[in-house]
Amino acid sequence: MNESVKSVLLVGVGGQGIIRASDILSAVMMKAGFDVKKSEVHGMAQRGGCVSSHVRFGRKVYSPMAKEGDVDILVSFEKLETLRYLKSLKTCGKVIINNEEVYPPSVNLGEAEYPSDAIDFIKKYFKDVKVVDAIAMALRSGDKRMVNTVILGVLSSYLDIKTSVWENVLEESFPPKILKGNIEAFRLGRGV
Amino acid sequence: MKELMSGNEAIARGAYEHGITFASAYPGTPSTEIMDAFAKYDGVYAEWSPNEKVALEVGIGAALGGARALVVMKHVGVNVAADPLFTVSYTGIEGGLVIISADDPTMHSSQNEQDNRNYARSAKIPMLEPSDSSEAKEFIKIAFRISEEFDTPVFLRSTTRVSHSKSVVELEEPEAREEKRGTRYDPSKYVMVPAMARPRRIEVEKRMDKLLKFAETFSENRIEINDTKVGIITAGMPYNYSKDAFPDYSYLKLGMVHPLPRGLIREFASKVEKIYVVEELDPFIEEQVKAMGIEVVGKEVFPYTGEFDPGIVETAITGNHTGEYDPSIVETDITSNGGVGTDLPTLALPSRPPNLCPGCPHRGLFYVLGKLNVFVTGDIGCYTLSFMKPLKGMGSCICMGASIGMAHGMDKVIEEKGKVVGVLGDSTFIHSGITPLLNMVYNKSNAVVVICDNSTTAMTGMQEHPATGFTLQGEVTKKLDFVKLAEVLGIENVRVVDPFDIKNTRSVIKEELSREGPSLVISKAPCALLAVKQKAIGRTPLTIDPDKCTGCRACLGLGCPPISWKKLEDMDIKIEKKTKKQDGIAIIDSSFCNGCTLCQQLCSSGAIGEVVGDE
Repeated sequence: MNESVKSVLLVGVGGQGIIRASDILSAVMMKAGFDVKKSEVHGMAQRGGCVSSHVRFGRKVYSPMAKEGDVDILVSFEKLETLRYLKSLKTCGKVIINNEEVYPPSVNLGEAEYPSDAIDFIKKYFKDVKVVDAIAMALRSGDKRMVNTVILGVLSSYLDIKTSVWENVLEESFPPKILKGNIEAFRLGRGV
Repeated sequence: MKELMSGNEAIARGAYEHGITFASAYPGTPSTEIMDAFAKYDGVYAEWSPNEKVALEVGIGAALGGARALVVMKHVGVNVAADPLFTVSYTGIEGGLVIISADDPTMHSSQNEQDNRNYARSAKIPMLEPSDSSEAKEFIKIAFRISEEFDTPVFLRSTTRVSHSKSVVELEEPEAREEKRGTRYDPSKYVMVPAMARPRRIEVEKRMDKLLKFAETFSENRIEINDTKVGIITAGMPYNYSKDAFPDYSYLKLGMVHPLPRGLIREFASKVEKIYVVEELDPFIEEQVKAMGIEVVGKEVFPYTGEFDPGIVETAITGNHTGEYDPSIVETDITSNGGVGTDLPTLALPSRPPNLCPGCPHRGLFYVLGKLNVFVTGDIGCYTLSFMKPLKGMGSCICMGASIGMAHGMDKVIEEKGKVVGVLGDSTFIHSGITPLLNMVYNKSNAVVVICDNSTTAMTGMQEHPATGFTLQGEVTKKLDFVKLAEVLGIENVRVVDPFDIKNTRSVIKEELSREGPSLVISKAPCALLAVKQKAIGRTPLTIDPDKCTGCRACLGLGCPPISWKKLEDMDIKIEKKTKKQDGIAIIDSSFCNGCTLCQQLCSSGAIGEVVGDE
C-alpha cells in the first residue's frame, strides 16, 4: 500500500458542481508540489445521476481511484449520497456533508423513503463529521451555484495548504465577473 | 509547463504537438473530448463525420492523400468502422493513420463492454495502450511513428479511466511536420480486388513479423525488477492499480498490447517465481502467454467483467481463491470494490439513476408512447432513459440505428397492424437510420418511425451534426432537412409534431399507426440544455396550488425531477381532502422547473400554474 498518498472523494448529484470542485482541488494540490491524479465518470452524470470524483495526491500517485476503505476525506454534496459512499472511507476517515437533500425518482414518486436519520447514522460510525449549510452560505455570497466553492472552503481547512495557493487557483478558475463572489464563498466555507 | 489534463485532452495535445492537422470522428463516450479539444488547436482540420465508418474512410482518404490522419471513436464505434478497418490493414497507408478506440469497462455509458484489443489481433493492426495522461500524450506520437515506419494503421486503445482521469502532463511545443500531400496511383497497393489483395495479405504477415521484432526492443515494453517472488504482467490503467496495491513486486509493463513481445515475456518469466496477468475484460494477454507454455495466474482470480481498482487487484492476488471459476468474483459494482473499510450495516438506499432533464422534449413524446398499446423499438441516446418507470416508453435498445430495422422486422411478423413504433434521435438517425428507413419503403413496412429531433447530439454533450447547420469547428454549413429526405426516400406520410403538446402528439402518432405504409413522425423541439445555452427559453416555472391538487398523481407519471409527492400527514400546513381517497399532493420545486407545461396539460383540476412574483 502506498501510504504517503492521500485520497479525497467528492460525491453528490449531477449539476452540483462536483467536477469543477475536484478540478480546483487537483490544481491546488499540483501547485502545492504534489503529484496528482483525479478520476470521475462523465456522460450520464449530467442527467441527475450520482457523481463521484476521486482526487489523490502525494509524492507519486499511481491509481487515480482509491480502493474501498482507503479514502481519507469524504466530501459529500448531498446527504443520501454520503451514505452510498460511506464504505469508501478509512475507519478514521473524515466526513464533510452539505446539508442538502435531492430526491431521487423513487422518492419523488412516493415509492421509497428518503433516509431521515442519515447524519445520526454517520456520526455513529465516524468521529470527525462536519455538517455545513452550504446553500445558505452560497446565497450569502450572492448565488446558490457557489455551493461547490463554499464546500471547497470547508475542505481547505482540513488540508495544510496556504490560503494564497487556493485563492490563486480560484482566480484562474473563474471569470472576473463571478470571482469576487466565489472568493467570498470560499472564505465563508474556510471559516466554518 | 505542467498541466493537469484528462487522457482525452492529452491525446489531442499529443497529436497537436506531433504536428497532426487532420482528424475525423463520431462522438461517443468516453472518446468525445478528444475531438472537442483537438478541434480548438490552431491550424488543424477536424470534423464530425456522420458515423464511425465514414470517419475512418475519411481518415483513410486523408492518409492516402499524404496527410497524417487521426480517427477517433468509442469501442462500439469500431464495430461500425470494422468493414474498412480490416482492409486498410492490407493496403497500409501513405501519410500515417492512427485510430483511437476508447473502451468502456463497466459500461459507464455504453451498451456493452467489448474488449477492442481483440480487433487489433483479428485485423492484424498494432495497438498501443497508455496508462495515464502523460503516456497518452507520448503514445499518440509513437503511434504515428510506427504507422509511418511500418506502413500500417495503428490503434491506440484507451479506457474510460484513462480518458476521463486527469494527471500531470508536461507540455511541449508543437513541431511542424512535413507531409507529401497529393494523389498517387498505386493499384497494387490500394485496389483490393482478390488478385491484388492476395499479395497484400502476405505483406500483412511480413509486417506483423517486423512488428514482433520491434516489440521486443520497444522502450515502452519495460521490465521493472523488484521483489522477484511475484511478477505482474499488465498494461494500461491496471498497471496503476497494481502498482498502487503492490509497489514492491516486479513488473512487465506493456505499452504495446499487440503484438506481444514473446522474448521479453520469456525473459521476465525466467526472473520471477510466480506470475499474475492483471488485465480488465478478456484474458487477452493471459491466453497468449499461456499458449507460450508459461504458467500464469489470471482470470482464475480476476473478474471477467467491469473495470478494476486497487482493491480488486489486491483482493484477487491476496485472497483465498480455489483456482476454479468463481461467479462471485464476476460481479463488481461502483460502490463496492472488495476493500476493507468500516464494517457498516447494509443500507437499502433509494437508487439514483440518471433521468431526463427538467424541460426535456423527450418526456412528452415518451409519455405518449408509454400510454399507447404499442411496442417501441428504441435506440442509443438520452431518450433511452425513458424505458424506466414511470414513462416506460421503450422496449428495446441494441445499437445505433437498430430501432428502424427492428421496427420493420417486428411489423412484418406481428399479425395485428399498427403495433410497432421505432424511435431514435436526430444524430442517431443520421448515423445509421437512413438506410433502414429506405428499406421500410422498399419492403412495404407498416411501422411508424419517430425521429426525436432535439437539434444536437445531446448525450455526448451537444456536438454538431449534419442537421444542425454548423460544423465541428463552428462554420455555417448546409442543414439536412428530414422532411425533404423522407419524401425523397419515398415516405408518403411525414408529420412534424411538437412533443410539448401531448394531445396533438398522441393523435398524430395514433393516426399514423392506423395508416397503411411506413410513416415518419418528426418530434421537433430543442434539447433543454441547448435551449438554456442559446438562452432560447423564456418560459416561466410552474407551481402547484395545494388547495386545488386532488392527489391524482397524473403529473408524477412524467417522472420529471422537480415534481415530487408529499403525504398529507407530512405536511406542515393542513390540506383539505378533495376526494375520500386523497392521501397526498404533488409539489413542484419551482427553482428547478423549466416551465415546459407538460404537467399542466395533464392536470385535470387546474392546480398547476405559473409562479407569480418571488415565490
